[in-house]
Amino acid sequence: MKKIVLSLFAIAMFVTCTESDDIGESVGTSDDFNRQAMLTNWADNIIIPAIQDLSLDLETLSTDKDAFLAAPNQATLDAVRVSWLEAYKTWQYVEMFNIGKAEELNYAFQMNIYPTNSSDIKSNITSGTYDLASVNNNDAVGFPAVDYMLYALSNSDTEILEIYTSASNFDAYKTYLSDLVNQMQSLTTTVLNDWTSNYRTIFVNSTANTATSSANKLTNDFIFYYEKGLRANKFGIPAGVFSTTPFNDKVEAFYNKEVSKVLALTALEATQDFFNGKSYNSLATGESFNSYLTYLNTIRQGEDLSALINNQFNTAESKIKLLSNSFSLQVDTENIKMLEAYDELQRAVVLLKVDMIQAMNISIDYVDADGD
Amino acid sequence: MITKLKSYLNKTENAAPLAIFRVFFGLMMCLSILRFWYHGWIEKLYIDPDFHFKYYYFEWVRSLGDYNYLLFFICGISALFIAFGLKYRLAIILFFLSFTYIELIDKTTYLNHYYFISVLSFLMIFLPANATFSIDNLRRKKSFNQIPNWTIDSIKLLLGIVYFYAGISKINSDWLFSAMPLKIWLPSKYDLPIIGNNLMQQDWFHYAMSWSGMFYDLFIPFLLLNKRTRTFAFVLVVFFHVFTRILFPIGMFPYIMIVATLIFFDARVHEKIIATMKCLLKPFRRNISTPKAQDIYPFSRRKILLPIIAIFFVFQILFPFRYLRYENELFWTEEGYRLSWRVMLMEKAGLTTFKIANSKTGQYFYADNTDFLTAFQEKQMSCQPDFILEYAHYLGDHFTAKGHKNLQVYAESYVALNGRLSTQYIDPTVDLYQEKESFKPKNWILPFKDDIKGF
Repeated sequence: MKKIVLSLFAIAMFVTCTESDDIGESVGTSDDFNRQAMLTNWADNIIIPAIQDLSLDLETLSTDKDAFLAAPNQATLDAVRVSWLEAYKTWQYVEMFNIGKAEELNYAFQMNIYPTNSSDIKSNITSGTYDLASVNNNDAVGFPAVDYMLYALSNSDTEILEIYTSASNFDAYKTYLSDLVNQMQSLTTTVLNDWTSNYRTIFVNSTANTATSSANKLTNDFIFYYEKGLRANKFGIPAGVFSTTPFNDKVEAFYNKEVSKVLALTALEATQDFFNGKSYNSLATGESFNSYLTYLNTIRQGEDLSALINNQFNTAESKIKLLSNSFSLQVDTENIKMLEAYDELQRAVVLLKVDMIQAMNISIDYVDADGD
Repeated sequence: MITKLKSYLNKTENAAPLAIFRVFFGLMMCLSILRFWYHGWIEKLYIDPDFHFKYYYFEWVRSLGDYNYLLFFICGISALFIAFGLKYRLAIILFFLSFTYIELIDKTTYLNHYYFISVLSFLMIFLPANATFSIDNLRRKKSFNQIPNWTIDSIKLLLGIVYFYAGISKINSDWLFSAMPLKIWLPSKYDLPIIGNNLMQQDWFHYAMSWSGMFYDLFIPFLLLNKRTRTFAFVLVVFFHVFTRILFPIGMFPYIMIVATLIFFDARVHEKIIATMKCLLKPFRRNISTPKAQDIYPFSRRKILLPIIAIFFVFQILFPFRYLRYENELFWTEEGYRLSWRVMLMEKAGLTTFKIANSKTGQYFYADNTDFLTAFQEKQMSCQPDFILEYAHYLGDHFTAKGHKNLQVYAESYVALNGRLSTQYIDPTVDLYQEKESFKPKNWILPFKDDIKGF
């Protein structure tokens, strides 16, 4: 009887309240899952700390770059290379958050489009006039462009150092390297400042289930990143999954030749950590996809999706660990292992894009049309 | 029996309910077209995509490109003409043809609601909906107070079929005993004020909604038919459709249904509505002389007409049961699923990618769906076998034209149904490029690993 009365009350409420597109903060807390806590955990413990760390890394890179440009020698070159790699690893924790200012600025497109276009870089250097933020320069900026500037200007380190010291237009090379790093730093500062001063509040308070609410957008970003940025760019494209032949030159950090695996593993770890709500700076975990799926499963009584997804991430990781440090080399020598790693990553796409999305009832790539 | 039928067919009734039905139908359709236009969906759904998914036997229907706007314009204007009862027969024929053509351009956008509109407008071609309260009356200087009973009853019957069949299809173990898919859909409405965070999360509520939804669909036609329960039934109709409108993105349809069910009320209600409307129209009617009222609407070609209506209804009653010809689980293979009033019945999602292989060299690569399909098309394609087959052929033709030889197309497809874990959907060893669309069972769909009992 009580339930009937409550149902009737609900009915009355429905009839009286009108439809609304974005109700914002939810009322009451009898729901066992606190979505705002999830958003807060994402923003405060994962996203902002990761961008802060990237910002610090880029500062170090910038300092080392200045030292290198002031006195180009093997020691200062090595120092820039080390700080470049550190920042590049941290970047793997940031690339997936294509939301807010990052989305507005096309941040990821200005930071990590590879393969980088060496002829564009050379013509920029030669002309001396360029807008690094321009879409046309997306493949001539960011980490991949710095990779080229630090490792591939010539065949040996000695010759590379010569380019920065005694080549006819060595100043232009110096300026371009400097501009590249400064641009990355300034973009990151802009994104970070927007998060801390403004966007964080908007982000954690957008708790509705609409196409433009935080959780829905970030879920889409997360899956898109996993599918495109991680699975396709780092593995599928070089391994020739989408083409008739493999491309050994389309790997991440192609010119460095030794770190494509470490970057990929870092990216997978970042993905899994985000899925589990693990803090960037500590081992603590908070509300996340993992705990949300666990909550939904108490309603649904289905398979333990969180465990299945984590297992799949682990399987993929173990396959990646079998690969060479250089994915270029791996593609050339034993591409089948590269494809096996890809297949395991792809299995997780199915779990994320089909099962997780269905459980959360979030529309992927929001389709703006009527339903049945 | 035959005499009974004959006397039924000769019975007449006040023409007002059908006239009001016509007015609201026309206005609602015109609004729907405007809304569609306003949202930019003509561009997005019918002009932007490079490729459209076709209905079997209707592959010849093509998108008209920018002329789609003209098509929608014709559709909207004819809807307005229907509402006014101006050149009604021509208007309803044009409406039926243009609306149906639009729907046939791409089955990605298929909705039961749209099919309902096509079917209803087809039926309305044969009904004297302009007998009274129409501009045609004024022009003809004749109006008819009485029309045959069966003309109004045929609309009631069609509405009844839609509801009742929607109810029957809910009698299945997923809907009733697992409260699926409401168990997925309702908890995600946590952002509704007041009830989002508690009621929507409750197990018993999911079951209550599932069961009451089934009972509503099954019994509402009868409650509407019965004079004593009619008002109560109409309140239910309003509540049910407003409720679903709040919960789900179903556009104009709830309002259309609410207005449509008015036809169950007796003529006095409709005459009152007409009186009110006439009152509102007064400023425009000063110089118009009232048409001469005649009694019974004369049907000139009854001998052809009645068999058409009869065949139409036999088809409507039998066609939704065509799924019985297929052995596999209906929800899984969707053989005989569409055009059968299975409304909001399952939550199905998939991920399907295509391997383009060379049978001689064994070389292969995967096609990028986003190169060919919109997000909406990809979503629909990923979990429906006829889409998958059609798209596989499209890819095959595309890459053959690009010079690829000995081409084979394989689907790697995973689908999740009503909260079950996703499983492989299409046999990955079958070259879909060699398979042909037909009404035969598609044996390249992998079997469903569970059992859903019921209709």
